[in-house]
Amino acid sequence: MSIKEQVRETLAGRIIDWYEHAPRRIYISIKPQDLKGAVSSLFKDLGLRFVTASGQDTTKGMEILYHFSFDKTGEIFSLRVLMEDKKKPEIDSIAPLFVGAEWIEREMWELLGINFIGHPNLKRLLLAEDWPEGKYPLRQEQ
Amino acid sequence: MSHKVVIPIGPYHPLQEEPEFFRLYVEGEKVVDINMVIGYMHRGIEKLSESKHFDQVAFLVERICGICSTSHPFAYVNAVEDLARIEVPGRALYIRTIIAELERLHSHLLWLGLAGHFIGYNTVWMWAWRYREPVLDMFEMITGNRQHYAMMKIGGVRRDIEEQHIPALKKTLDELVRAVDMFKGAVMDDPVIHARLKGIGILSRQQAIDWAVVGPTARASGVNIDVRKDDPYGAYDKIDWSVIVEREGDIFAKTKVRILEMYESISIIRQCIDKMPGGQIDANVKDIPPGEGIGRVEAPRGECYHYVRSDGTNRPIRHKVRAPSYMNVASNKVAAVGGTISDATITLAAVDPCYCCTERVTVIDKSTDHKILNGWDLIKLSQEKTENLKKSLKV
Repeated sequence: MSIKEQVRETLAGRIIDWYEHAPRRIYISIKPQDLKGAVSSLFKDLGLRFVTASGQDTTKGMEILYHFSFDKTGEIFSLRVLMEDKKKPEIDSIAPLFVGAEWIEREMWELLGINFIGHPNLKRLLLAEDWPEGKYPLRQEQ
Repeated sequence: MSHKVVIPIGPYHPLQEEPEFFRLYVEGEKVVDINMVIGYMHRGIEKLSESKHFDQVAFLVERICGICSTSHPFAYVNAVEDLARIEVPGRALYIRTIIAELERLHSHLLWLGLAGHFIGYNTVWMWAWRYREPVLDMFEMITGNRQHYAMMKIGGVRRDIEEQHIPALKKTLDELVRAVDMFKGAVMDDPVIHARLKGIGILSRQQAIDWAVVGPTARASGVNIDVRKDDPYGAYDKIDWSVIVEREGDIFAKTKVRILEMYESISIIRQCIDKMPGGQIDANVKDIPPGEGIGRVEAPRGECYHYVRSDGTNRPIRHKVRAPSYMNVASNKVAAVGGTISDATITLAAVDPCYCCTERVTVIDKSTDHKILNGWDLIKLSQEKTENLKKSLKV
């Protein structure tokens, strides 16, 4: 069974949208509440490597793409979640699942103002200590 | 754990090349905890990128790193070409590959020199950098610049490699093979280097996976990943070469991976020169449609990852950059903790962070919370350890 089929099967029932931009570039939309379970399946059960996550302030809400790479075939699976509440975006932290996600969640927290519930060490990573509270440089209003 | 008093040297200090700051907490000789402070070099490039048009961004991201300066624009153009489904002319793919491999050569030589310096082998330092110089000369000859080559553009490259450049390039590679032979012998056959680097700063395979490290740091821990092989870009799928993987995860394995990779790089460049087709070097891209694209490149330090989204205007609406050191530096937490302070400099340097991060080290004695050593002291300590080993091994 190809990795695409395995991912599809593992995430069955949780996929809102499946889009293949290129043979090795797959974007999968899921609900924010399904994220932690989905990441756990991809990382722990299927052995995908966590690359990074990219947050974005869109017109529909705060969006995060969690990029996973399956290095045997070079395919990238990007899990897309949308938090519609732009004022107070929140999502489960995936850092408790594996430590490699700690820094990027801290970065998205300080740059986009997304709260990661259950993050073990949610403090500033890149911004200076005297940067004002509540100003998020990557939000569109900045 | 409360560590109250910290008297930092750095992150800004005339002796330091780049601001980054490690606090090592020690009990006697042993490192018990490490606290990393980064962000001094955060220039808001992702945000800046949203205000530049697509062609300008290539120049912008070239400024992210001065050592692997072509990796970021390379990953960026890959991302935009993925987004817009652009077909790049064959000759441009080969030229890109040659530039990227030359960069790996000079970067690995630079690391080798610094690693030598940190463990007291200043001769290795001088020789490694002496052989790095001709590689930079090649860059100057081909691109006009020793750093920041500005070769990558969406749809192709900016300059051609001309027929008259080839003999000098080939000659440099021939000389470099002999130099790498020498370094390989110097590292593999030296009992002191074995004693200093083997079993030190180990990152296990599982740790490498959990910390999601990339590049030589991952490959030295038995994780067989290399973007050039796994998700080929440029001309890598048309070339015969192999990925270097070691199992031990210690600093010796990381050194070995980098040295052996230099042979592969030289072989890749030679094959590119022979196989390079003629023709156009630029697809003359006009507009970038709405959409999103991902581009990645195996930089000297590992996978460099760019995500670009376009809304159909001439500027990206979002551009995410993830450099390899972002993942690798974080793993120092496991590699350095548990070791001794005399091994700390070489352990922190073993992931090849943008160089000399170790000079931002402060050592704090846990019982008193006082700063007792700074980065230069640590390098000295490390060099003394080698001297003592040499004496005891009588070499």
